[in-house]
Amino acid sequence: MQGMKKLGVGAVGLFLSLSARADFTWNFPEPVTPMALDTLHVHNKFMLITAVIFVAVLAIMIYSIVTHRQSKGYKPVADKAPSTAVEIFWTLIPFAILLLIDFVIMGIPAYHSVVMMEDTRDQSTMVIKITGSQWRWQYEYLDGDAKGIKFVSNLATTNGQMHNEEDKGEHYLLEVDNPLVLPVGEKVRILMTASDVLHNWWVPQFGSSRVAVPGFIRETWVQVEKAGVYRGQCKELCGKGHGYMPVVVNAVSKEEFAQWANKKQDEQKAASDVKEMTKDALMVQGKVVYEKNCAVCHQVTGAGLPPAFPALTGSKIATGAIFGSDGKYQKDSHLDRVLNGKGVMPAWKATLNDTEIAAVITYERNALGNTAAVDAIVQPAQVKAARE
Amino acid sequence: MSTTTVAHHDEHHDHPTGIMRWLTTTNHKDIGTMYLTFSLVMFLVGGSMILGIRAELFKPGLQLMNPEFFNQLIGVHALIMIFAALMPAATGFANWMLPLQIGAPDMALPRLNNWGFWILPPSAILLTLPFTLALFGVGDGALATGWTFYPPLSVQGGIGVDFAIFAVHLLGISSVLGSINIIVTIYNMRAPGMTLMKMPMFAWGWLITAFLLIATIPVLAGAVTMLLTDRHFGTHFFDAAGGGDPIMFQHLFWFFGHPEVYILLLPVWGFIPQILQTFSRKPMYGYKAQVYSLWAIGALAVVVWAHHFFTAGMPVPALLYFMYSTMAISLPLAVLFYCWIRTMWKGSMSFETPMLFTVGWIILFGIGGLTGLVLADVAADAQYHNSYFVVAHFHYTLFAGGIMGIMAGVYYWLPKMTGHMYNEKLGKLHFWLTAISFNVTFIPQFFVGLAGMPRRIPDYALQFAEFNMISTVGAFVLGLSQLLFVYIIISCVKGGQKATDRVWEGAQGLEWTLSSPPPYHSFTEQPVVK
Repeated sequence: MQGMKKLGVGAVGLFLSLSARADFTWNFPEPVTPMALDTLHVHNKFMLITAVIFVAVLAIMIYSIVTHRQSKGYKPVADKAPSTAVEIFWTLIPFAILLLIDFVIMGIPAYHSVVMMEDTRDQSTMVIKITGSQWRWQYEYLDGDAKGIKFVSNLATTNGQMHNEEDKGEHYLLEVDNPLVLPVGEKVRILMTASDVLHNWWVPQFGSSRVAVPGFIRETWVQVEKAGVYRGQCKELCGKGHGYMPVVVNAVSKEEFAQWANKKQDEQKAASDVKEMTKDALMVQGKVVYEKNCAVCHQVTGAGLPPAFPALTGSKIATGAIFGSDGKYQKDSHLDRVLNGKGVMPAWKATLNDTEIAAVITYERNALGNTAAVDAIVQPAQVKAARE
Repeated sequence: MSTTTVAHHDEHHDHPTGIMRWLTTTNHKDIGTMYLTFSLVMFLVGGSMILGIRAELFKPGLQLMNPEFFNQLIGVHALIMIFAALMPAATGFANWMLPLQIGAPDMALPRLNNWGFWILPPSAILLTLPFTLALFGVGDGALATGWTFYPPLSVQGGIGVDFAIFAVHLLGISSVLGSINIIVTIYNMRAPGMTLMKMPMFAWGWLITAFLLIATIPVLAGAVTMLLTDRHFGTHFFDAAGGGDPIMFQHLFWFFGHPEVYILLLPVWGFIPQILQTFSRKPMYGYKAQVYSLWAIGALAVVVWAHHFFTAGMPVPALLYFMYSTMAISLPLAVLFYCWIRTMWKGSMSFETPMLFTVGWIILFGIGGLTGLVLADVAADAQYHNSYFVVAHFHYTLFAGGIMGIMAGVYYWLPKMTGHMYNEKLGKLHFWLTAISFNVTFIPQFFVGLAGMPRRIPDYALQFAEFNMISTVGAFVLGLSQLLFVYIIISCVKGGQKATDRVWEGAQGLEWTLSSPPPYHSFTEQPVVK
């Protein structure tokens, strides 16, 4: 008895602590787009109807179970065959009720939601392109104030937190280095694609979720109506990094958005200016780029995950020659592999800029246990030339 | 003809004994026993895999395994549970009970039956071998794509994908062979006087299942073969770069995959009314209505496949069609529920273990069905899709609606099969442990799903921690309770109180006219149904 009591108190305590969590909801999280609001209404209505049906049927069953039992001496009644007219009546009535529930009460709102969800173009003022890659999102602004801005959004949670070596932060697994920034109140048309496997861009508070299919463009839209930071995750199994592909959207006012866009455009312009860099500068930046993009497969130590992801430490590619006697980069060299990828190794030329690629190659050749004898340093200008 | 004379015939027939009896048998009861045993073993294998996963998900962070291994476990767990646990269990019952229920001496094609079974163990080995090979450094483990094999991920995958493709081919062949046998048996071997509309409901459930299998398994075989050639022979069926389309695979896969849900459930819908009428001591209500509903569900099952990938992008008319056709399944299903409950209504019910499982089954499967109805809504599905809400929904249909139904059948027929009564007290304990821990496991998953936790992730945000912890505790109790089930079955096979021929007071059907256990060759003289 004492044990039961303790169990009861424990259970109550647990549920209190659950409801006390600000970020956990028992239903869809607070909707912030017209689509999410509509979805929530449809969902609540469905749930209410099905709950009523369930409780009603369960009540009838329980009544029967309690009353019509052998231990109470209840004698079974023979079901009399009804007349055809009665049978037809009792078939048609429930059928009509179900038809009404399925196709009118539920069906009509569902129809309107679908039409609204698929209408990506009416009154949309901005177009962005989202590309899913293993295991990061790439965002590109195709028009408006932010035209030309392009960046990659990576998980920002540290490895130590994932392996329980450090304390987990508030937004564990739901934080990125570069969030997508969107203006509040504008209908944004989203073009969705992927570079390798299927991904699914999902922010629960937006009510939108769309599969990114490599080689195809899919469309969806969002119109965030409240400023804030919204978090979601990739929702289509996309390999080992599937759980580490968060979506973070920062919704800001139109003015803030314009400011952000200006700043980002300037930064991007500055970064694309090719400068001669020292080995130390390349190494410092290269380490950052490596740990953000490469370490997920090749490991922080460069040991790799054979056989899918070979070790970089001591590898022919990371220590062999890059440039031929004509000064051009060779096929299957380190630079070729990073720019164009091969097999499961993705191509990075669209994702990283010249400086980043030069830095990461230099880092890989001079760290991770490697000391390359030839072509130890790659300059951004060489990467730029290789792209042409 | 009395049942005792039938029993005596047994002694006049020679058949191999010991291990050879099982290796070479073409006897429907022996093959049925092997199917059921195989299914139980694989159920435990698939179950232990998921306990590994639930242990990893007990708290946030990576504790026990890396994400690759996690992905392998989820895919193989599903393939094993569907193809190696649920389907063989239903086939096992078909082998055991169909000839007895329709008054046939055996299945129509006994050698085919033998082959149908012996394909299974090699395919189970193919499914699990990659794990073992990886331990010795060969390959990179089993398929890590989920049971759905979606390309391009599966094109990228290692040798485990090829193993799984061949395993699915073999399992598919086995199912088709079994289906052919069942169709031929039902059409040709019924006792005189047993018209189709007098057949036991279980025979109807299986007949429709068999047609569904024959219609859809070849499509799955085709899809995975195309995948195999994409992987190794340079075709581009599912590769946009070569003119293919990854989403085409999803259409082909779910053209099989959706009917598969009903393939798993229709045999159960067959024997559930039989158990209900037995323990309500009153004939089942609406036999004809149930038969027509089963047909309607079988037909609708093959026209709603695309509701599994609403978010993959489809024209609006296609979305609307798949939404409304999916909702339409609720109509015949509601008829079935009505008939089941009406069978109980004003009966004289008693609650032995099979009845407990059946009543629990109706309630829990009801939750699975109703949550399926809301999933049909395209707009809301954008939210549910690939979240834990879906995981909870399909475990209510496939564990509660499938496995708990199978367990009802096991307890119902175990005395008939073994000739001994099982331990009723332990049986009831098994039911309550299973039903309660099942809900403790899966109710929290509805809530984390709604709140936004995607499925198939090895680690999760902190807001989902408490519910995942509860779910894991539930899963371990659920898993361990099944050891009790194994113990009950083994001790029932070994001995116990002798079962009477009819076993249950209200039992109806030809199988109860034979001795318990039935003679090696059942019905040496054909019964006549009036």
